[in-house]
Amino acid sequence: MEVSRHWRLQKQRYELVGETCDSCGVKLFPPRDVCLECEAPAQELYTFTGLGEVFSYTTIYDAPAGFEHNAPYQVALIKLEEGPIVTAQLTDMALDEAYIGMPVEMVTRKLRTDGEEGMIVYGYKFRPICFEPVVN
Amino acid sequence: MDVSIIGVGQTEVKEMWETSIRHLSWYAIEAALDDAHVSKVDALFVGNMLAGELSQQNHLGALVADFAGMRGIEAVTVEAADASGGAALRQAVLAVKSGMVKTALAVGVEKMTDQTGASVTRALATGLDTDYEMMQGLTTAGMGALIMRRYMYEHGVELADFAGFSVNAHANGADNPLAMFRNRLRAESFISAPLVADPVSLFDMAPLADGAAAVIVTSKERAMDMVPQPVEIVGSAIATDAFALHDRRDLLWLKAAELSAQKAMAQAGVVHDDIDLFELHDSFTIMAALSLEATGFAERGKGWQMARDGEIARNGRLPISTFGGLKARGNPGGATGMYQIVEVVRQLRGQAGACQIADAKIGMAQNIGGSGGTAVTHILQIRD
Repeated sequence: MEVSRHWRLQKQRYELVGETCDSCGVKLFPPRDVCLECEAPAQELYTFTGLGEVFSYTTIYDAPAGFEHNAPYQVALIKLEEGPIVTAQLTDMALDEAYIGMPVEMVTRKLRTDGEEGMIVYGYKFRPICFEPVVN
Repeated sequence: MDVSIIGVGQTEVKEMWETSIRHLSWYAIEAALDDAHVSKVDALFVGNMLAGELSQQNHLGALVADFAGMRGIEAVTVEAADASGGAALRQAVLAVKSGMVKTALAVGVEKMTDQTGASVTRALATGLDTDYEMMQGLTTAGMGALIMRRYMYEHGVELADFAGFSVNAHANGADNPLAMFRNRLRAESFISAPLVADPVSLFDMAPLADGAAAVIVTSKERAMDMVPQPVEIVGSAIATDAFALHDRRDLLWLKAAELSAQKAMAQAGVVHDDIDLFELHDSFTIMAALSLEATGFAERGKGWQMARDGEIARNGRLPISTFGGLKARGNPGGATGMYQIVEVVRQLRGQAGACQIADAKIGMAQNIGGSGGTAVTHILQIRD
């Protein structure tokens, strides 16, 4: 049932934990240990704010096994405010609302249920920002 | 390269309920052996993407060698998502070029139809990033759609502007007896087709199917004594790019396609004008446009104009998808790249029937895996 596979990604799925490159300072998500910009080791953990905007999006009508009951649903490329792009579903909005440049924030939602007795996988999705975020 | 093709073979591309993966492989191999007038080879490279997922069958190298009566030879599977076919040929070329293998057989095979829709969609998505793309419900059609939407946004292009790719593919496929779809397509139908992953529709994406194609290679020197029309492999290169779409430096640029094309063209010593036809990876119309741009046949953001202006037609500046491409001939996953090679060989030999490009001497094939993580480019030439 791939329990360990989902368990070891919990920091990424629930908290959007990526990395910072020690050498060039670029922020990385997903974490990859070798910086994609300068190829130096990047192992300093960094928790992303979860704020970003829609870079591109699609509505999936023909869903893969495990997602049939969710269709139609929207998957987007979200450009996080720190720079990286993350692939994630859009949620808490109608199918015709999305647009390129739409401000969004990360929330935790159910991603998939592996059958009646299987595990329920939770993770990040993104929803429209309905109010100005609090600035500390 | 000093490596030449002496035989090619292919099966029809369609749903073949009655045919197993081993039989499919054998039919293509048998045709290639007949074509090359040889009965045995020294090594076998099987290009396949999904047998483990869809047929619960791995270890195809030994399985196919055994079933084809070639027990004892060197045989392995080569996997690079839907670039598996092109990658398998690349391994055959390397084997012959190294001098350690005299004659190598590359077969691409895919059996898509033993499982139904959602399972196949999921299996195909294993060519994407399972942890960070597939677990968000992304599919290959969704991948194409994310690129296409951004392309339309950045370059101010409408959905209808992509129709020319599918119309051209179907016009050519209509003349290919082995093609999955032999119907012509009207541009008006393209924009109103049912959506798979908005804006990608049924008439935008290539249909999945069963199929196998095979190519036999040996040294250029031996080839000249063996067959009347050897086709020389003058360029052969694989390159890679960011694995996941979100990690690409530029969403609208196929870096691996650019790199592998540059390498192959440098090896061949050819420029764009020398290339008479281009079998590209039109799994989606957007991939056709991006492939034309990355390989340098079109400027960035203008690949779609080649379809609009008829430059990709059989009598155009650069004919593409001359037997229907992935869109109309059909897309048998890991076999697709091998079909491209077989088709270029038939064009160069003047054996393309109604699909023939006049006086074709140099042809290019480009096979792309996943969202662009792998690109394989081959350039073939026939000498007078």
